[in-house]
Amino acid sequence: MSLNVKERRNKGGTVLVATGEINSETSGQLLQSLLPLVREGRPLRIDLTAVTYVSSAGLRTLLVVYREAQHAGVAVTLYGVSEEVRFVMSATGFLDFFETGEAAAAESKSTLKSAVAR
Amino acid sequence: MTEAQSEQVLRVDAYPTHEVGGYRVRAGKPFPFGANVVPGGVSFSVFSDQATSMTLVIFKRGEPEPMAELEFPEEFRTGSVFAMTVFGLDHENIEYGYRADGPYDPVTGHRFDARQILSDPYARLIAGRDVWGVEPDRSRGYQYRSRVCLQDFDWGDDTPLRLPAEDLVVYETHVRGFTRHPSSQVTAPGTFAGLREKIPYLKELGINCIELLPVFEFDESDNMRSNPETGEHLFDYWGYNTVSFFAPKAGYAATGRYGMQGDEFRTLIKDLHAAGIEVILDVVFNHTAEGNEQGPTISFKGLDNATYYMLTPEGYYFNFSGTGNTVNCNHPVVRNFVLDCLRHWVADYHIDGFRFDLAAILGRALDGTPLPNPPLLELLAFDPVLRHTKLIAEAWDAGGLYEVGNFPAYGRWAEWNGKYRDTVRSFLKGDPGVTGELATRIAGSPDLYSSRGTSASVNFLTAHDGFTLADLVSYNDKHNEANGEGNNDGGNDNASWNCGAEGPTDDPEVNRLRMRQMKNALAILMTSQGIPMLLSGDEVARTQQGNNNTYCQDNELSWFDWSQVDDNAELLRFTREMIAFRGHHRELRSTSHPTGQVRESLGLPDISWHGERAWQPDWSAESRLLAVARCGTGDDDVVYVAMNSHWEPHDLELPALPHGRSWHLFADTGAEAPHDIRTPGGEPELENAGKYLIGPRSVVILVGRTPDPEL
Repeated sequence: MSLNVKERRNKGGTVLVATGEINSETSGQLLQSLLPLVREGRPLRIDLTAVTYVSSAGLRTLLVVYREAQHAGVAVTLYGVSEEVRFVMSATGFLDFFETGEAAAAESKSTLKSAVAR
Repeated sequence: MTEAQSEQVLRVDAYPTHEVGGYRVRAGKPFPFGANVVPGGVSFSVFSDQATSMTLVIFKRGEPEPMAELEFPEEFRTGSVFAMTVFGLDHENIEYGYRADGPYDPVTGHRFDARQILSDPYARLIAGRDVWGVEPDRSRGYQYRSRVCLQDFDWGDDTPLRLPAEDLVVYETHVRGFTRHPSSQVTAPGTFAGLREKIPYLKELGINCIELLPVFEFDESDNMRSNPETGEHLFDYWGYNTVSFFAPKAGYAATGRYGMQGDEFRTLIKDLHAAGIEVILDVVFNHTAEGNEQGPTISFKGLDNATYYMLTPEGYYFNFSGTGNTVNCNHPVVRNFVLDCLRHWVADYHIDGFRFDLAAILGRALDGTPLPNPPLLELLAFDPVLRHTKLIAEAWDAGGLYEVGNFPAYGRWAEWNGKYRDTVRSFLKGDPGVTGELATRIAGSPDLYSSRGTSASVNFLTAHDGFTLADLVSYNDKHNEANGEGNNDGGNDNASWNCGAEGPTDDPEVNRLRMRQMKNALAILMTSQGIPMLLSGDEVARTQQGNNNTYCQDNELSWFDWSQVDDNAELLRFTREMIAFRGHHRELRSTSHPTGQVRESLGLPDISWHGERAWQPDWSAESRLLAVARCGTGDDDVVYVAMNSHWEPHDLELPALPHGRSWHLFADTGAEAPHDIRTPGGEPELENAGKYLIGPRSVVILVGRTPDPEL
């Protein structure tokens, strides 16, 4: 299954909406889309509402993005993580690295986290 | 530019040099063995001493037929190692194996068969048994499929805890059994993730080391028996039948279906460490799942049978393990395999120690004779990566070699002390004339470990193998009919006593006595010198209905029933306080065997023995009463433990304490809860200073200290 990626810019930052599966075949494409956005330095939300599955390679890609964002001092938040994806991320420890949520509170928390990381 | 980007160096070896079977390839690196992701591809390396040719077989994930078969070019062989880098593979979506061609001549030990696809012995992930209990499709030619994975788990600041061995309280459990019961109420019952959700329980219990029954990939469906009473299919539930030594069992991971068992297990370990709990793995290097000449060919048999197994001069399998084959542990190549494997678990999984199943086999020579100086045991003892891990031997095997107290230790190996178990069980049931040996055992078995210290002794009364604690006090005989072997399996020598009725009973007297006996056992275990090991569930009186060999029972006989946490809160509280008490009193955890030397500050020896009269222990053949007083360095307290397995009460005269100290009551198993045990530090002072009446079949623990003005 393929992955479709769309960007949406607004006042608060950039939202990247992903649709499909994030796996070893599609994670390269996701990385290509995300890294330039991280380098722009605006707060970034990755909307996973329409993502049905994230493979091991996909989780690693998200973590790479998070590390790059940490390096650049950019807040990254995951949004709309489905129950199944959230469980997989939790069981494999990846969830511990990310801010997830739907609220502004999470965003400010993640900004703080990145600031600390700097 | 980040570090990650600056790492993207161009490498000469990222370019292919050959084409094989439509794939671009180049010679791989012989080390490390296994499949490793390299720039642009995957490097495969496999050893076979006698193979005449080797073929890499690649499948698209889950497909029955291979998508490619690539024979290793002759120039890709270094010594007896075949190594090749294949470019353009999507490592996440392939499975791989090998065909090894060579002589088929069992008499000389060779069993090559190029028709068989073999698992990579160094595979770090295995597919094919992804979800526990799913009936496999045995028509598929390749059952246990090697997979490639990255080893880039983010450990954060996880570092080894390096808890001193003498401070450990080990909790032996089964990954699946611990949370599989519906009452566990975890998100993913029976998995690493489920166990992770129960860390708060373990923390509250106070244990600081968890020992997991085998977690290397095994096949739970390789048991062909059924329960004769119910017709229910039986499993290989314990998993002492390794299929693949470097791979965590997928069926123990909620994410096993996605191939993420490695990360799930590492996350559990990381969180256990964060809670101050070390992880020891029960490992089985004495045999493999390939059985004897009638068993399946999975990996070693087809790669180099004569290297990996001990063979008779006629080419049959020696069977010192009782399971069909015996790993040729002291062969130089196999030694390195074991070492590579353990290093992998320490380096890539942050494992803190290992318990070696039937470890006496690890000391046998290629022809099976016991070696005076086994190179494998020495190698593991001194290896730089394993240097600070705990190494624990089950110091016997099925071939009659019993080395408890004599295991070649190199100053590093501890042992499951089977003699401790047998002696304390015998005392508990009221056998006469055991007090002498009981004294030796609770003092850390100086007869066995005089040169190694008390922490060479792992003290236990129960383990996965045998009765649970509740069954030890509820059954005279084993009841293993459900295993389908006519009650002939499992040990017969259990030193158990049912307290007056076989199995469950409504008799309140019997039930009260059983509760007391369980508390007695826990009190003795937690006040003995050496490393105490508790069987999971014993703290809540887990029963297996008299079955002392539940290796095949994946059901409520084996599972931890979490409703017992409330139902048996009394015993759980007792266990918690006993563990806490051990933590409070360094004299119980002293690494030196006691010498009788008088402690200047207290005017008392480090250990002293007492009976009904202070300073007069009764070592006679009829004695069933023994009291021990300990005082240690650094602690100014004295701990007095009186153990009475007699059915009569006894008046105890207590040894006098130095001025300013008095006896305080910590535990009396003869007292009704909540007065059976206190919180360490909160013990009430005895009213009658010099005397104490110990009830029938009871243990009393007193602390000699300065009175707390607030109590």
